[in-house]
Amino acid sequence: MTSSTRPGPFVMLASRMRADEKRLLDAFERRGAHCEYVDSRASWSLLHAQRPPRRIVLNREIGHARALYAARALEAAGAIVVNSAAATEVCGDKWQTSVALRRAGLPTPRTALALTPEAALDALEEIGYPAVVKPLVGSWGRLVTLLPDRRTAETVMEYIAALPAPQSHIVYVQELIAKPDRDIRMVVVGGEVLGATYRRGSQWRTNVARGATTEAFTPSPGMTELAVMAAKTVAADIAGVDLIESDDGEVVVLEVNHGVEFSGFQRAMGDRVDVADRIVEHLMTRSESCCE
Amino acid sequence: MAKCPECEGSVALMENPRVSEIVECAGCSSELELISVDPVELVLAPEIEEDWGE
Repeated sequence: MTSSTRPGPFVMLASRMRADEKRLLDAFERRGAHCEYVDSRASWSLLHAQRPPRRIVLNREIGHARALYAARALEAAGAIVVNSAAATEVCGDKWQTSVALRRAGLPTPRTALALTPEAALDALEEIGYPAVVKPLVGSWGRLVTLLPDRRTAETVMEYIAALPAPQSHIVYVQELIAKPDRDIRMVVVGGEVLGATYRRGSQWRTNVARGATTEAFTPSPGMTELAVMAAKTVAADIAGVDLIESDDGEVVVLEVNHGVEFSGFQRAMGDRVDVADRIVEHLMTRSESCCE
Repeated sequence: MAKCPECEGSVALMENPRVSEIVECAGCSSELELISVDPVELVLAPEIEEDWGE
């Protein structure tokens, strides 16, 4: 990828400088490490170029397609990308995440993938109502739709069938887990849990992006193990693992996020952990093993 | 202070601004992207895309 300044070992690739990215750059500076900011919108990669010195790229690109192809292109050029292209691919696609979790034997809601909206109605008969339909790619709870009954599902599938992109017609449906008014976000960096927060909201979707409030708590050893296993399963160095507790006490993995947004988490954790600093510390450890 | 490219109102920047940061114009509520810090230059921020997120 092109850059306008002298290459250093660390690069942060992004197109939006959110509070998280600013915290990360500040953390690099506090540790005396130079991190070059590269705007992914101006980046391109020449396949036949000579390999530059190995660099560690923190991929903070907010768009999934751009993040995935950036990771692939940078890895092809010899860079270490965190999270890797493989992790970005699995985490960025809800079906691939579900498959990985299931293969690893980790508890996750019953899920089906239907290749047409019509087939989704049959799949929903198997899953049962109430259920949830989610876009395969996307975040912040956007377009995640509750299906309380078949009548609602038929209407929603009609809308999905009318969407122009063929990929939109591949339908991911999942059982709705009866849960308290909260879910759990755990941040895992380098195989270690940095903490856990409850996310509570007035809506059934408890995303911080939808106004959910966060509160730190001490996770059980089982939750900690589950979060670490989930991050490992998708090969994510840095992961935001979402867990939900069912009414009967089972804890299941809902999703694993590769581009963790940690402002809400950091607010809730206060002085207990500095997420940005732990991420930078992890990158410095990676650099010691590969770039010295 | 910088000038909003949409309404030409004054826009206050955060402390230690960085390129690619998003600020909101208090006058017209436009989301603006800081594309240069020195001199300060703001443009309308890109619309949120379908695949944005975590």
